[in-house]
Amino acid sequence: MNASASRLSLCLLITPFALWILLLVLLPHLQMLRVSFQVRESWDTISWGVQQYQNFFSESYYWRTFLRTGLMSLFTTFLTLIIAFPIAWYIAKLARGRAKGLLFFACLIPFWASELVRTYGWMILLRESGLFSTWLQYLGFADGPVEMLYNDVAVIIGLVYNGLLFMLVPLVTTLEGMDDNLVEAGYDLGGNHFTVLREVVVPWAMPGVVSGSIVVFMLTLGSYLTPILMGGKDSAWFTGQIFTQFITRFNWEQGAALGVLLLVLSSVMVWLGLRLTGQSLRKVMG
Amino acid sequence: MDSDLFCTDLIRRFGSHAAVDRVSLDVPAGTFFSILGPSGCGKTTLLRLLAGFDRPDEGDIHIRGQRMNEVPPNRRPVNMVFQHLALFPTMSVGDNIGYGLRRKKVPAAERSKRVARVLEQVGLPGLESRNPQQLSGGQRQRVALARCLVLEPTLLLLDEPLGALDLKLREQMKIELKHLQKAFGTTFVYITHDQSEAMVMSDQVAVMRNGQFDQVAPPETLYRAPETPFVADFVGDNNRLSGEVVGLQEGIAELLLASGERVSGKLAFPGLKVGQRANLFIRPESLMLTPAAATGYASLRASVTTTLFDGANSRVEAEASGQTLFARLPQDGSVGRVAPESAIDLSWNPQLATVFAEAGT
Repeated sequence: MNASASRLSLCLLITPFALWILLLVLLPHLQMLRVSFQVRESWDTISWGVQQYQNFFSESYYWRTFLRTGLMSLFTTFLTLIIAFPIAWYIAKLARGRAKGLLFFACLIPFWASELVRTYGWMILLRESGLFSTWLQYLGFADGPVEMLYNDVAVIIGLVYNGLLFMLVPLVTTLEGMDDNLVEAGYDLGGNHFTVLREVVVPWAMPGVVSGSIVVFMLTLGSYLTPILMGGKDSAWFTGQIFTQFITRFNWEQGAALGVLLLVLSSVMVWLGLRLTGQSLRKVMG
Repeated sequence: MDSDLFCTDLIRRFGSHAAVDRVSLDVPAGTFFSILGPSGCGKTTLLRLLAGFDRPDEGDIHIRGQRMNEVPPNRRPVNMVFQHLALFPTMSVGDNIGYGLRRKKVPAAERSKRVARVLEQVGLPGLESRNPQQLSGGQRQRVALARCLVLEPTLLLLDEPLGALDLKLREQMKIELKHLQKAFGTTFVYITHDQSEAMVMSDQVAVMRNGQFDQVAPPETLYRAPETPFVADFVGDNNRLSGEVVGLQEGIAELLLASGERVSGKLAFPGLKVGQRANLFIRPESLMLTPAAATGYASLRASVTTTLFDGANSRVEAEASGQTLFARLPQDGSVGRVAPESAIDLSWNPQLATVFAEAGT
């Protein structure tokens, strides 16, 4: 009676999770994988093949965008880490009491608005007729309107801004768990600022660094609005191409193949990141 | 003897409160120096001043003749064993110990040789590749010591490192620390609130209260000839009897207790006058459970409250003149059964009791 009751409650607990994994994660991805290998011969006949994948490699525009998206995502992740680390250190170790809560809150505020609104916020600042351009002219640094939007720098600014919070949270959490005496011991035994950071603080924060980096990398790689809006028509992002295949060209087969490739890229990068830093997924995800 | 640590009038204020208030100290090379005091007396602040994590507001710190006030912690010939040890959890035992040598740019071959040697000296040969978390409390303690001692510091600071250990291991580590200090010959400055740790290990003990040193002396002097009532009370167990001074002769004061009885003890300082209020301190082991055995001995009638059996530390709790007294109960058969609520005689040699004027008189 007791055993069967506990089994029932276990089943009830697991069912939503199992349904979610099955219906929303596994099934669509398997379906996408299947579609990506379909070759449409005419309107009602379909055969199997790797034509879509061949297209990807033979058409340089596809793989160049793919490479560019991957590299820019890596760079964005790195930049986010560099910016987030001192902020996280300040929040975790230097801020006290109310200030700590307020600072964390301040990092959260931008996420009240959607990604679209946040991106428009940047566009208001950076566009030709925007705030920065007006100020530069007013202060005499520029003769005419300056266009700061629609280039890679603008895209990276937007992406870093979107990822910052997701880097901060794991970093603050791991740094808060660090005993201040470890840092003092690092100095006491002869270390300078740089060696204490490299040998004591960073190794301790590594699980937070890796988990923050994974989340930011995945978010950046899969983001759509920011690179499209801030990058303009010349700044190609891989998700934009997938959108074009599915929606504009109605070429689901090609879109599915590109989607699978993006999934493979992000999985390989995460695996590589874990291997290179010697972390395990279990440790990083807590 | 030249001194390894020499401080004059150190002051460290937090707001209007002086956590360290005009402390001067002189620690000769190769000695085990303890700073003993209750929590909040400023001993940790003092240690942090010595390590360089904090700067004194006034006063000078000299280490082996060099003024150290402005020298940052990583440039001082001083290393610290932290209360919770602060071993680097992301490094192996060998890397923990080698960390300081790497900072000194010691070549790898010599580094591993020195790490192996110091591990052997602390009794943990061959544990270089272990992770600190895999070690027992006592082993971690030794790694923390080895991590500092491998750098051959002039001064080793220890911030109550035995606090986290269980009783048995603590007793063992006390003796071991003393032996290690002798073997390495390094000057140790040890802070603790545990008087037994300070007594067993130290050559010199400074008793600290409210940011100041009450008395600096070898443990035995501290125990037998306390200079302040606080030291008499804080170091070791002590009984206190308060009364009025009625007689003074040859350094012996006679006190009249509330019960009308007269007791006597040695004056800590001359200058006490007849008619002043005073406290007499007498150790439990100096009390004999017999009537005065010789002329001049003090004696007191007391009624037994209870007996507290604790092996060699067994005691009688008794009440005399409205005050609670503890007397050691010898376990060698020399004293018969002591029944609760029976009356006993307590007597002592006045030379073993110390009399202080009561504060404020």
